[in-house]
Formats: sequence, structure tokens, C-alpha cells
Amino acid sequence: MAGHTFRGFIRPDGSAGIRNHIAVIPTVSCAAGVAANIARAAPPAVPLLHGHGCGRALEITMHHQVLAGLGRNPNVAAALVVGLGCETVQASSVAGEIAKTGKPCELLVIQEQGGSRKTTEKGIEIVSRFQKDAQALRRSECPVSRIVLGLECGGSDAFSGITANPAVGLASDWLVGCGGTVVLTETTEMIGTEHILSRRSAGPEVAERVEQVISQARRRTHDILGPLASCVIAPGNMDGGLSSIREKSLGCIVKGGGTAVTQVVDYGQAPAKKGLVIMDGPGYDMESLAGLAAAGCQLIVFTTGRGTPAGFPLVPVIKVASTGRLYELMEDDMDIDAGGVLDGGSLEDIARDLRTLAVEVMNGGPTKAERNDQNGVVCLAAMTPAF
Amino acid sequence: MKHDILLISPQDNVGVALADIPRGGKARISTGERVEAVDDIPYSHKMALQDIRAGEPVRKYGEEIGRAQTDIPRGSWVHTHNLKTGEQ
Repeated sequence: MAGHTFRGFIRPDGSAGIRNHIAVIPTVSCAAGVAANIARAAPPAVPLLHGHGCGRALEITMHHQVLAGLGRNPNVAAALVVGLGCETVQASSVAGEIAKTGKPCELLVIQEQGGSRKTTEKGIEIVSRFQKDAQALRRSECPVSRIVLGLECGGSDAFSGITANPAVGLASDWLVGCGGTVVLTETTEMIGTEHILSRRSAGPEVAERVEQVISQARRRTHDILGPLASCVIAPGNMDGGLSSIREKSLGCIVKGGGTAVTQVVDYGQAPAKKGLVIMDGPGYDMESLAGLAAAGCQLIVFTTGRGTPAGFPLVPVIKVASTGRLYELMEDDMDIDAGGVLDGGSLEDIARDLRTLAVEVMNGGPTKAERNDQNGVVCLAAMTPAF
Repeated sequence: MKHDILLISPQDNVGVALADIPRGGKARISTGERVEAVDDIPYSHKMALQDIRAGEPVRKYGEEIGRAQTDIPRGSWVHTHNLKTGEQ
């Protein structure tokens, strides 16, 4: 397995980016307009526009970590943090966390700069300077063990669990075999597999944590939805041959392959271990993508049965269609057709196509979502109402 | 060659039907084997690829998805009527 390489951008902290983006990060949505104006005036800077950063009590730490994590992502060459000044997620602290990686990071606070125009002008100056420096950076040979791959499935159909997801699982096993990291998330979709994932855990502490986060997700689903919980976690809702919620969930977690779970991290937290890592997070695609990007994933593989155009501003997202029918219907947005499995192809064939494409994308080749400029709003997970 | 039953993991004792398979039909497994269906197997449902005795584990994705409630002969349809999943 050794010897697989890609050409990446080595960052001062030793991580390897597969893109060389300049990120403009508002710490609160009140600063989003200014961040957008800065990025618009200095393309191709990437604004990470979101709707949070204040008004919530329990998410302050999490959102702080996620925004800092987005700036720390190896695909970011340099970051400009734009704060308002009075928000609860403090801009100086977010910028400080990003700066610890050693990459260029600057901070502008609108209330200190004297308003939006002055901040925008300064921001454009800073971003233009970042861009000049980033353009001078060159890719160099890196082992694929430096890759942290995020996994996501959304808009699943009856085939996701038998074509796209198992094929992705083989690719995950390959990457873990090469010494890389794979992040499996969407805890809601692991309900019923607690004992399987805990048995596959690398030690008793990991096993305990696995059981804890999955039973929490089960409890939360019942607490919030009551009788409607069965719409989310009952096999009847997804018949088509599935006999239990465990079987349905196995069709989701198979994306992670069959290696041991080495760590459980919180939403947006960077793994400290290599191998297969579980990130405790929601099943909502768009929040998942943000969490994976904040955890430091340089690449995301997204399986889908219904199809979605979604990408992520900083991280290439490879879309794997569960059937040839979907691939044809949404060829604009689909990168890989896993439907060949239904026509006599093998899961290994699809996994090989995916590995080949993944290395191309690591080397700079665009995904369909990148070609289509799918750089929409960044959705951050939140569990409580705003105050 | 086109198959009608997909074996997801080599450790599995059930496969997934990629087409409706009528009772008596010779299903082509993705491993190249042929298994005669002893029940009608609906599209996207599971078929036993081995004889599974009552109480033995039923495996898909290389994992146990439940236990056989009755003896399940090779070629049978496997679903909630003969598979005990231990879930509410």
C-alpha cells in the first residue's frame, strides 16, 4: 500500500492541502456582508458565510471551534477573520487559533475599524497580499497518509447501501491501509450499530464513547420527535427489503469500511489519530459537510441516491451516484456512477474508479461541484434555540 | 456477466436481489454461483445463499443483522418473517 502519493501544498504545521484557498471568515453573521464584499472584490478568495456566531449560549464553544477549524483546514493557505466586535464568538480568539498553525492569518473587527467600508477596503488589501503569497506556493509530493477523508451520504435510496456505500467502504479501507484517516459521521444514521462499532473499536475507551454518542443520538431523536421518531429510525419507513434499523444503519456505516474505530471526535474537532474516526454529528448533509471541513478533511466523498448539487467552499466534494439512472439524470453534479454494480460490475471496480478520481482531485483536478461553483452558505450545526 | 443477486461481503450468508426473482428461478450470484429461489424474492430483498439453521446468525455487510427464527433453506426469502432482529 505504501508509495501512493499526491501533490499537495505543505503548510507550516506540516499538514498537506489539496487546494490553496484564501478564506475570509466572518465570526458572526452580522459581519457576513463585509466578508462577502471583501471576497467578491478580490477573487478567488472564498467567503465562508454562515448564520451563527452570537445569540446562542451552548454553541459558543462549538462554533468557535468550527470556525477556527475551517481556517485551520490544510486547504486554506491564509485566512482573514472578520468580526463585528460584540459577538459571543470572539474574532480575536478564532484568529489566534488559526494563527497557531503558522499560516498567515489576520483579523479585522468592524466596530474597531470604523465601519463596513473601511473594513472592506482594508480587507481587500490584506486578501490581495495573501493571494500574491499563495500564488508563489508550489505543490510537492506527499504520501496519501496525509489525507483526512470525510464521508457523507445524503438523499439515500434503496441502492445507496448496496452500491455506492460499500464501494466507498473499499476505498476507505484502502486509504486506512495507506496510513491515512477516514472520518465517518452522521450519528443518527449509526443507530442500531452501537455494539458492532464498539466491538470494532480500538480500545475500551473508544468503545464506550462510541456507544455513548450513538445512544445519545437515539435518545435525542425520541425526546425531540416523540412518536415521529419512527419516521427517522424505523425500518418500516425504508422497507424495500430492510429488516431492521440495524441493517439500514449498516448500509450507511459501510462507507467507513471494515477497519477499527480509532477515535471518536466531537462535531468539527480534528482527529488526533489515523485510521477510521467517528465524528459525532447530525445527519443533515450541509451541517455534516461543515463539520468535516472544520475537522480538517481535505477531501469529502458524498454518496447519494436522489442526487444533490452541494459542495463545500474549501473542500472538494466527490459525488457518488447509487445508480446509473441518477448519474444520467444529474450528470452535471455526479462524479462517479456506482450503478455498474447493478449491471454485473463489481464493488471493487467502482472503488478503483473512485480511488483514481480521488487522487486526481488531490492533485488539483476539479470535482463537478467545483466546476459548478457550489460554494453556498456554510451550515453550522446547532442544538438549542437562540436567546 | 449480469447477476441478479449481489453478495456485499464474502462473509455474508444472504445476498440482495437486483431484480424480482420468481420461485424456481435460477438466480445468478455476483460470485458466479447459481442458486435456485425457493420463494419469490422481491427486488431489493434478501435471499439466503446457504442453509441457515434456526438460531444461527444472518450476516450482511459482514455483520450479524439478526438470527434465523426458523430453519432457512438456501434460496429462501429472508425478511422479518424468519429473521429475529432483537429490535422493537
